[in-house]
Amino acid sequence: MPVKGRIVRISGPLIIAENMQGAQMFEMVRVGEDKLIGEITRIRGDKAYIQVYESTTGLKPGEIVEGTGAPLSVELGPGLLGTIYDGVQRPLPLIAETIAREMPHRRMFIERGVQVPPIPRDRKWPFKPVARIGDKVEGGDVIGEVEETSLITHKVMVPPGLKGELVWLATEGDYTVEDIIAQVRVDGRTVDLRMIQRWPVRIPRPVKAKLDPTEPLITGTRIIDTLFPMAKGGTGAVPGGFGTGKTVTLHSLAQWSSARVVVYIGCGERGNEMTEVLERFPEYKDPWSGKPLMERTILIANTSNMPVAAREASIYVGVTLAEYYRDMGYDVLLVADSTSRWAEALREIAGRLEEMPAEEGYPSYLASRLAEFYERAGRVTALGSPERSGSVTIVGAVSPPGGDFTEPVTSHTKRFIRVFWALDTKLAYSRHYPAINWLLSYSAYTDLVAEWWHKNVDTRWKEYRDEAMEILLREEELQEIVRLVGTESLDEKDKLILDTARLLKDGFLKQNAFDPIDAFSTPEKQFKLLKMILDFHKKALHLVELGATVAQVRDALGRLYVEMVKAKFSIKNDELEKIEDLRNRVLKALEALEARLG
Amino acid sequence: MSVGVAGIREYSRITEIKGPLLIVEGVSNVSYDEIVEVELPSGEKRRGRVLDVARGVAVVQVFEGTTGITTTGTKVRFLGKPLEIPVSEDMLGRIFNGLGEPIDGGPKIIAEDERDVNGAPLNPAERSYPEDFIQTGVSAIDGMNTLVRGQKLPIFSGSGMPHNILAAQIARQATVRGEAEEFAVVFAAIGIKYDDYMFFRKFFEETGALNRVAMFVNLADEPAMVRLVTPRSALTLAEYLAYERDMHVLVILTDMTNYAEALREISAAREEVPGRQGYPGYLYSDLASIYERAGRVKGKKGSITQMPILTMPNDDITHPIPDLTGYITEGQIVLSRELHNKGIYPPINVLMSLSRLMKEGIGPGKTREDHAEVSNQLYAAYSRGVELRSLAAVVGEESLSEVDRKYLKFADLFERRFLSQGPRENRSIEQTLDIAWDILSTLPEDELVNIKEETIKKYHPNYRKM
Repeated sequence: MPVKGRIVRISGPLIIAENMQGAQMFEMVRVGEDKLIGEITRIRGDKAYIQVYESTTGLKPGEIVEGTGAPLSVELGPGLLGTIYDGVQRPLPLIAETIAREMPHRRMFIERGVQVPPIPRDRKWPFKPVARIGDKVEGGDVIGEVEETSLITHKVMVPPGLKGELVWLATEGDYTVEDIIAQVRVDGRTVDLRMIQRWPVRIPRPVKAKLDPTEPLITGTRIIDTLFPMAKGGTGAVPGGFGTGKTVTLHSLAQWSSARVVVYIGCGERGNEMTEVLERFPEYKDPWSGKPLMERTILIANTSNMPVAAREASIYVGVTLAEYYRDMGYDVLLVADSTSRWAEALREIAGRLEEMPAEEGYPSYLASRLAEFYERAGRVTALGSPERSGSVTIVGAVSPPGGDFTEPVTSHTKRFIRVFWALDTKLAYSRHYPAINWLLSYSAYTDLVAEWWHKNVDTRWKEYRDEAMEILLREEELQEIVRLVGTESLDEKDKLILDTARLLKDGFLKQNAFDPIDAFSTPEKQFKLLKMILDFHKKALHLVELGATVAQVRDALGRLYVEMVKAKFSIKNDELEKIEDLRNRVLKALEALEARLG
Repeated sequence: MSVGVAGIREYSRITEIKGPLLIVEGVSNVSYDEIVEVELPSGEKRRGRVLDVARGVAVVQVFEGTTGITTTGTKVRFLGKPLEIPVSEDMLGRIFNGLGEPIDGGPKIIAEDERDVNGAPLNPAERSYPEDFIQTGVSAIDGMNTLVRGQKLPIFSGSGMPHNILAAQIARQATVRGEAEEFAVVFAAIGIKYDDYMFFRKFFEETGALNRVAMFVNLADEPAMVRLVTPRSALTLAEYLAYERDMHVLVILTDMTNYAEALREISAAREEVPGRQGYPGYLYSDLASIYERAGRVKGKKGSITQMPILTMPNDDITHPIPDLTGYITEGQIVLSRELHNKGIYPPINVLMSLSRLMKEGIGPGKTREDHAEVSNQLYAAYSRGVELRSLAAVVGEESLSEVDRKYLKFADLFERRFLSQGPRENRSIEQTLDIAWDILSTLPEDELVNIKEETIKKYHPNYRKM
């Protein structure tokens, strides 16, 4: 019997209700006459402290609070892909429809207390059974399939924890998510299975085993794939002050990465950024399959002006949906923009609960909450049969106040992630995008994914990658000297390092996310560009050792230098022989110089 | 207690007064965020709103301050609704206080509707992405930090810098090409000085624009708590004009620093756990509830373009107010004291400035096909020039290479010819881009690595002459 109490106090998004004996911690409740969604975050005596996921304006002490008997959960089933949800999984387009029916002129606003189902109840899906009646089944076993979009086949799975004999299975045909599609006999009683299932958002979905991430998540962004690679099932953070390009980086990942399903959480960020994804993704094509990107994407929007408590929930809602598709055997990418806003939501609620603050007012459990979240990433063997593996890759943006990476959210996040793409205000000011600073960033997956590169692209990938890093690091040291004495006093070898580093920056690291050719580089193109630049460097270094000056080298190259810089946006992914040809012409020009030097 | 008409309830048990807050006891049926009317023994009436409510107790924030309020004899009336202002097309051409009451001596507003000043969040699924280029006639903005209709683009300034002149220039010159229609302007003065207010007022009068401007005014010597409502009143009218009257509205909010300070004051009075520099932890969400009220929506002709102005304390861009603003708005226009001291107007530091929506507003059919590449090249070349300038200060200009010296000269040209213009000079986008090509052509052609070959062939002055 769910509890029923009354509001005694309201303070912003937090309310206190009394007469709540029997309420569970993290139970979802309905608050007030408008039945606003809330969640219990503390219980003291018969009082429950409730964070409310909608605006509390107009609530009064004395209004009723009703328990639902269940923790905050999401609905899982076909119909998730291509949808945009708010922080507690209400589809935003349906909210607009509902409001428009009563108040057409308020259609564009989100009013309170709108109740809409996350997954459409009336839509029929073509169900194909894949199990057989009489099979012994357990949690995670695939019993049927639904083509959810042209990109993703939805696996209908037995819910975790259930074990028994399949006594009935629907035949192939069209069903709604609420129709019974199978029956399982468990200990003498029959359990009905539907395509729709529920799962509490704060509890990770179980898996059979966790695996090592060994395959790179190709993103098409050169500095990421080549210098600081992400692995499928890995964790990463993108910290940066405002204007450094966090959102553009995350949009690029969502758009180009080799994941099969993308969950994009807009957590406390701009409304227009969600709109941009919503308008563009149906038109953009998935680079790996040519199908509209929206067919593999789920959006969760709790923009900065939407209720702050739902910001806290939105992260968990997103990661639970990601795990669900992982369990089907897909590689899922989850991007959260921005985890700082989520942490600030924690801080605001903690402040209202009058909890003892730790660093900068954040609650003391900030670190453990961050750890729990990032731990839900990973490459796994899913429960049940057939045997399949899937992954959840988590990339979170961090928005440090004043761009200061020592603040609590950035510093705690660094402990739980393995790829760090540090965005740099100085690079952004000179419009070097992506503004990923190669001195501050790192990836712990470089060695793990090297094998994939060696097998699929070139056996000398790691060697070239390390050499590029070395030149960039050496350049930074030299710049210190240049700042004191200028470039003229450097020896010719060092001048060449400066020249090559500039070529690497302009011709390889800088990448225009909005240029049709430059935005996405295949691994092959990345390697060919890198090889061209570094082979030039080796040859030039040889000449300098023979006594040539860097100025002579530049003269010998002539227009070829500019061609090398522009190759990234003038040569398409399928014209790699042109890069090879350019490399040969560069080397030939240098050989001619060598001949002249005698 | 006495019950009046339409849910109005009156109480008089005030148990505590601190700062702008009243604690009223013995209340019932009070709702969160409800508006109240406080009547002093002298008969003076003030307004306030409920910040916290428990059974029998309400915390009320008084907009006009608590000076002179006594615990006995003061009546507090709870009005049973959140703060609302009347909205009507007739409000254009009029002047109001921060709570939306006329202060220009004109007739009472006949409201077409009453609206909650807090508004409601725009549904991201109902927004429509901003992409109409606004020509402001200012090269540094049009060429490199393009403004589009429905954007929120703040000006980060410092005390004594010409942000007012720039905002006025933009308000006067802003047009969408191919449309004759002018912007309606909603202007919110938040705690600014009288002379700043008079500057804008005179400016609107002189340009004959007064009849398409609505002003909401809270001056520096007026109650600080009203500053929390002033921008919301302005935006409530703007939303009505944009989404129900099909107008394109430009909202100028100045100065948001005063707003944030009023918020800190109320937070301190409530003894909340402070965040950075004493500002409340929810400063971000609170600012967002203002800035996010800009945009375009599906199926509606109108739009709201927001231009907040804020003065950075000590010119520090990492101060919480500009910092959090930059995280919410779609870019920023940063004014530089160094350029200002050099006598350059507008003193826009283009390297620190940014327009996030620029890419959608430019290009063929909107501005010109070379716009994006030229802008990238200007950024790259100017930032190299500025870098070399500081190097030259250490090692001397003569120890730079010939190409590097050309970059130095380019940086000077950029500031003097491209950036610099008169406060009444209105450049078309073509003029802006042509000036850009002129100064770029002082660099060797091989240095223009951000521009594609065919674009150079078409627009570079060397080829155009032929």
